[in-house]
Amino acid sequence: MPVIKLDDLSKSYGNVEVLHSINLEMQDAEFTVLVGPSGCGKSTTLRMVAGLESVTSGEIYIDGKPVSNLEPKERDLAMVFQDYALYPHMNVAKNMSFALRLEKRPKKEIQSKINEVAEILGLTEYLHRKPAELSGGQRQRVAMGRALTRDSSTFLFDEPLSNLDAKLRTQMRAELAMMRQRVRKNMIYVTHDQIEAMTLADRIVVMHGGYIQQQGTPEELFKNPKNKFVAGFLGTPPMNFINVDIVRQADDVYLHGSGFKLRCDHATAERLHNSRSQDVLMGVRPCDLNYNPEAATDSAIDIDVVISEYIGAQSVLIGDCGGQDVMVELKSDTPIALGERLRFSVNLNDLHFFNLDDDEAIG
Amino acid sequence: MVLALLYPLGYMVYGSFRDWDPSQSLSESTFVGLKNYITLWNDPNFHESTLVTLKFALSVVTVEMLIGVGLALLLDRKLRGMSVLRTLFILPMMIAPVVVGLIWRYMYHPTLGVFNRGIKGVGLEPVDWLGQHALLSVIIADIWQWTPFIFILSLAALQSLPRSALEAARIDGATGWQQIIHIKLPLMMPVLIVTCLLRLIDAFKVLEVILVMTEGGPGLSTEIMALRISRTATEFRELGVAAAMSNYLLIMLLILTVLMLVYNRYMEYRASRAMRVAQEN
Repeated sequence: MPVIKLDDLSKSYGNVEVLHSINLEMQDAEFTVLVGPSGCGKSTTLRMVAGLESVTSGEIYIDGKPVSNLEPKERDLAMVFQDYALYPHMNVAKNMSFALRLEKRPKKEIQSKINEVAEILGLTEYLHRKPAELSGGQRQRVAMGRALTRDSSTFLFDEPLSNLDAKLRTQMRAELAMMRQRVRKNMIYVTHDQIEAMTLADRIVVMHGGYIQQQGTPEELFKNPKNKFVAGFLGTPPMNFINVDIVRQADDVYLHGSGFKLRCDHATAERLHNSRSQDVLMGVRPCDLNYNPEAATDSAIDIDVVISEYIGAQSVLIGDCGGQDVMVELKSDTPIALGERLRFSVNLNDLHFFNLDDDEAIG
Repeated sequence: MVLALLYPLGYMVYGSFRDWDPSQSLSESTFVGLKNYITLWNDPNFHESTLVTLKFALSVVTVEMLIGVGLALLLDRKLRGMSVLRTLFILPMMIAPVVVGLIWRYMYHPTLGVFNRGIKGVGLEPVDWLGQHALLSVIIADIWQWTPFIFILSLAALQSLPRSALEAARIDGATGWQQIIHIKLPLMMPVLIVTCLLRLIDAFKVLEVILVMTEGGPGLSTEIMALRISRTATEFRELGVAAAMSNYLLIMLLILTVLMLVYNRYMEYRASRAMRVAQEN
C-alpha cells in the first residue's frame, strides 16, 4: 500500500487561512484518525486528500508522487461520506457497482464482486432496494459496500457514523473494527467523537483551529498529552484542571491548591523543575482520583459532592474543590450523600502539569 | 367560487351545441346538437390548424428543453459574474408577449430587419422570414422567449441535487459527461417531466406573439388553434363553432394536465411506499 504524506499543506478560503501547514505521514496500511471539534479542519484535510478541495499551498504525496493537481479518480481511493451520498435513483447493487461499471469491467466480475461484498456486509437480500427503502444503518452499510467493491488502496471516511443513533453507532463501530481486521489498507478516518478515535485508530491526529496538536498512538496521546487541549479532548469524563502553586519548603516541594496541599515525591519534583513559573495548571483524570477516606492529608484532595450522575456500575460525581469544579468516578454502590465532603487520594504519577501561559505540558 | 369557475366553462360548452351568432343572445340561438363538432371534425382548415399547433408545440418544447437544460448544466458553477448572466438569461420571459411579437416582427422585416441586413452584410441572399419560413420564424421567437423558463427550473433542480452524491460520483471515477448522464439527469427527471408538461400546455395556447407577427399567415401556415378560434368568433361570426373548437383544445390540454397529475401521484406513491418499506426494516 502506498504511503500518504502531507507536506506543509495549507488551505485558505479567500483571505482566511483555515489549515496551517499540516505535516503528516501515514504509514503503510495504517488506520489514521483525524479527530477534533467542529471547524478544526479535519474534514477539509480529508477532502483535500480526496481531491474534492483544492490545495492552497503545500503538497500531497501518494507513494512519493505529488497528486494535488490530480482528479479524485486518478488518486486510487474510495470514500464513505457522512450522509452516505448514495445515488438515490440506483438500487443497492447498482450503487455498489457504479465505479466498476464506469470502468467497463466484465459483467461476471462485477456480479461476483457485488455478491462477495454484500455477503460480508449482510446486504444480500437488499440488493434490489433503492436507498430510500433502507434504514439508516443499512444505508451506512451500502456506503461502506460501495467503497469496498473497489479495490482501492486507500479508504477515506468522513464522519461515517455521526448520522446514526447511539446504539447503532456502537454496533457499526464494532463492525468497522472487525472489517479493519480483514481489510489491510490505508484508512483515513475523520470524526469528532474521541471514543471512535481511541477504539479504531492505529494513530490519532488531534486537530484544533487548523493546526495539528499532537499525533501518536491512542495510548501515547492518552498518557502523555502534549498540551491542555489534547489532555482535555481525549478521555471521558474529561480531565480536571486545577490551578496550583508550587511551594518549596525546606527539602520538600508541595502543590498548593485551594483546599489541599499535596507533597511531591522526588520524581514529581524533578518534573516540576522545568516549570517557568510558580503557578501551574494541574491535570488529573477522574479515573485517577481514588475514593479513600483514610488517605493522608498531603496525598489527597477533598471534594464536596454537588451532583451525582448515575450511569450504571459507575457514577460520575461533580464536586467542588476550593471553588473549582472537579469530576470523579465512583462505584455506584458507595454510600454517599449530596453535599458530603469526600476524600480522594492522588497518585502523583497520574498527574499532568501545564504552563498557564501557553497550555503546553511540563516535564 | 365553484360557480365563478364553472359558469364561463358551462357557458362555452352550452354554446358549442348551438348555432350562435354574435348578434343573438345565447337563448335566442337554435340548438343544433353535435353539428358544430362534426363540421369541425371534417373541416380541412381545422385539421390544418390542429397540425400547425401540434408542430409548433412539439418543436418549441423539444428545442427549449434541449437548450434550457443544456444551458443550466453549463452554467451551474461558481464563476465571477454568473449571477448577472443568469439574470440576463431570464429577461426575455419578463417581456409582454405582444411586445415580443412586435420586436421579432421588426427583426424579421424583409428589408429593414436586423437578420436580413446581417445576411446581406455577409453577401448572402436575404431570407423571406415571415413569408416562406413563417412557422420556423415564430418557432424561433417562441424559443427565444420561453427557453429561460426551462433554464430557471432546470437550474433550480440542479442546485438542489445532493452535493455529496455528485462528489461520490467523482470519487467513483465519473467524468463530467458521465456525471450528467448517470447522476444529474436521472435525478432531475421528475422536475424536467413536470416542466415539459407545463410548457406543452402553455405552447398549445399560444396566441399573442403569432397574432402580432403573422396573424396566422401566410395562408394558414401559422394559424394555430387559439388564433383560429379567435378568428372564427370575430371574423366568421360563428360563436358556436368557436366554442366547439375551444372544447377540442380544452380536451387536449386536459389530457396533458391529467398526465401531469397522474405522474405526480405516482411519484408520491413511490415515495410513501419507500418510506413504509424503510420503516419495516
